Amino acid sequence: MNKLHWKIGTVLGLLILSFWLLYPSVEWYTKTADERSKTEAMRMRPKRILNLGLDLRGGTHLLLELDVEKLEKKEKLNDAMTRAIEIIRNRVDQYGVGETPISRQGERWISVDLPGISNTAEAENLIGKTALLEFRLVDTSNEAQAVLSKVDAMSEPPFDKKGVLLPEVAKLMPKNTILRKAAPGPEGERARYYVLFGDVPVTGAYLESARVETDQQFGTPSIGFTFNKEGGKLFENFTGANVNKFLAIVLDDVVHSAPVIKSRIGGGSGVIEGSFTMEEARNLAIILRAGALPAPVNIIEKRVVGPGLGEDSIKKGLSAAGIGFILVVAFMLVYYRAGGFVSDIALALNFVFLIAAMSYFGATLTLPGIAGMILSLAMAIDANVLILERMREELVLGKPVAMVIPVSFDKAWSAILDSNVTTWIAAIFLFQFGSGPVKGFAVTLTIGLLVGMFTSVFVTRVIYEFWLTSNPKELSI
Amino acid sequence: MMVLIKKTNIDFIAKRHIFFAISALLIGAGIISMAVKGLNLGLDFTGGTLLQLRFEKPVSTADVRAALSKGGLETTIQSFSDRNAYQIKVKGAQDKVNEISDQIMAAFTANLPGNTFTEERRDYVGPVVGRDLAKKALFAMVLSLFGIIVYVAFRFSNPVWGAAGVLAIFHDVAVTAGALSITNREIDLVIVAALLTIAGYSINDTIVIFDRMRDNIRMFPKMSLGKLVNTSVNETLSRTLITNLTVLAVVAILFVFGGEVINNFAFAMLVGSICGTYSTIAIATPLVYQWENKGK
Repeated sequence: MNKLHWKIGTVLGLLILSFWLLYPSVEWYTKTADERSKTEAMRMRPKRILNLGLDLRGGTHLLLELDVEKLEKKEKLNDAMTRAIEIIRNRVDQYGVGETPISRQGERWISVDLPGISNTAEAENLIGKTALLEFRLVDTSNEAQAVLSKVDAMSEPPFDKKGVLLPEVAKLMPKNTILRKAAPGPEGERARYYVLFGDVPVTGAYLESARVETDQQFGTPSIGFTFNKEGGKLFENFTGANVNKFLAIVLDDVVHSAPVIKSRIGGGSGVIEGSFTMEEARNLAIILRAGALPAPVNIIEKRVVGPGLGEDSIKKGLSAAGIGFILVVAFMLVYYRAGGFVSDIALALNFVFLIAAMSYFGATLTLPGIAGMILSLAMAIDANVLILERMREELVLGKPVAMVIPVSFDKAWSAILDSNVTTWIAAIFLFQFGSGPVKGFAVTLTIGLLVGMFTSVFVTRVIYEFWLTSNPKELSI
Repeated sequence: MMVLIKKTNIDFIAKRHIFFAISALLIGAGIISMAVKGLNLGLDFTGGTLLQLRFEKPVSTADVRAALSKGGLETTIQSFSDRNAYQIKVKGAQDKVNEISDQIMAAFTANLPGNTFTEERRDYVGPVVGRDLAKKALFAMVLSLFGIIVYVAFRFSNPVWGAAGVLAIFHDVAVTAGALSITNREIDLVIVAALLTIAGYSINDTIVIFDRMRDNIRMFPKMSLGKLVNTSVNETLSRTLITNLTVLAVVAILFVFGGEVINNFAFAMLVGSICGTYSTIAIATPLVYQWENKGK
């Protein structure tokens, strides 16, 4: 075994490795869409495959902002963010969408990608609800009644746009109470309000589980919940001390029902009744199980790509790129003949290695990502052209073939290295500070540059060196 | 041996003033257009809502416009007539995520009765996000350009070369941005990616010539700078043109056959790659000459 054998072995080994890495992606994308979504629902989606970005496969991207002002004072921002992400992940997982990348962005933003989902009203609801469940006593005093009749007499809602109580109502409120809206009743009915005490003896934080229950008689859905041990005890003591008073069940500042406490409620379970549809009840149960967000979140960015559009752009983009690729390959072959053939082999390998590397990293391919690939492939072609042009120059000087090849590689190397490193520097900064599409561009570019340098310098040289062992007298380029 | 470009001996340095004038003209036209018409900044940077709907039955752009103005909406409309689809944009700061989309759809339901539509695409970018995206993209670009200057200065032991390379990048990006403004094409994040690609390719090209200059300085230390630049550009001319023509061919195909989604991207790449080739030969290296020889 000499040095050349090792080099050939390296290239072939990498090629085999690449095919092995590519296999899961190929298998995955040759399945039908139906099979894919079934596998995803079962959470059996292979990890190390090339992912398609939402712009290519269709889906919804949401960017959420945690409303930090409504965070409890003692809660640290980082903890709150981690918790919020965890809870959103739980909700989305239980909802049964496939792979959903959820990540923190910057200070207080959370990015949620929902591939394949383009009807997002439901998902938005699921993710955006704070799901803060509280149990409060209803104030039935005369002062409270006065507030309600004042609100009833008003032609506008008692809250301003920011949700702050209007001053004329606020001055009537009894001490340590809050005004909350009731869940909307049948259509056309006036909005109703409750005056509630400020103390919250039990919250949803003590919930152990929540599920949809249907009424035996009418089949209307409601949500049954069970407290954990501690919550059960708190609830039992609280209800025991307040028999015959009204208990309001408040979810995200809306009163869903306010039944009378008939007796001490033991066993730690209860029911939220209200006019839910089956769908709403199911989603509510999910978010109650997953827990409340530390503060409300607002959607600050939303991008939906319908499935048809994504497919369309893939098809057109791919066929155009394919034509381009064939054209370049053909040109190299015609113009540089044997040299072009070697370059074409290197280019094909470049493509295989690049996709394999991206699959291994589970990278996501987006349109800008494809731009990065095109740039890296263009630079790989350029490296080949640089070497081939050098060879021509050296051949014109009348040097023997065995000398031309190493000299050309050595002389072209500095230009190839410098141009790649410069671009690579740019890519690193773009990766570090860019967001979304810019980042996708930087990732494919970085991987592409590394692979490109390897194939256009190392692989082609191995091929030439192998060819030199047959002692050729002429080089056809 | 098939040769496209024979050995040339063009005096690029002597023509540098013509090159500079052409570039000044191109950039000037772009700047005037940007000053008069401005850049058509996309939602990514202005914030706003984009809704692309595909109608069941054929409708004309005029119908769509009428329906929207009846609904009291000020919008920009782009039609994809081959698919009977329309893209409706409302730019500006909007606080609520689905408000404008709901209004648009309500306007169609009310004013184009009996014609149902499906949603193909919907973008909402809140005001904070738009500012953030613009800031980040700019920050990343400035830092990477600075990185390039430092690296080139280090490798070629001359900061002037690095600066000239970066000026050539600015040249290409400026001409492309001007072309985007003149043709009224929208600048979004994908276009930023295209501009970055152009920048990357431009510097790659320039460095190949710089590399040859570095070689020639070593081999002929006595050669005058003007001759050195000319020799190096001529020696690498064949490579410059061949590489760039292959890239140009690929981009041109993307532009013609690539479909609507990447059309703006392909356009930017097309302008940028032509420009990049030109600036490598006509701007970057003559600038080095001009700079080093200033005061002489």
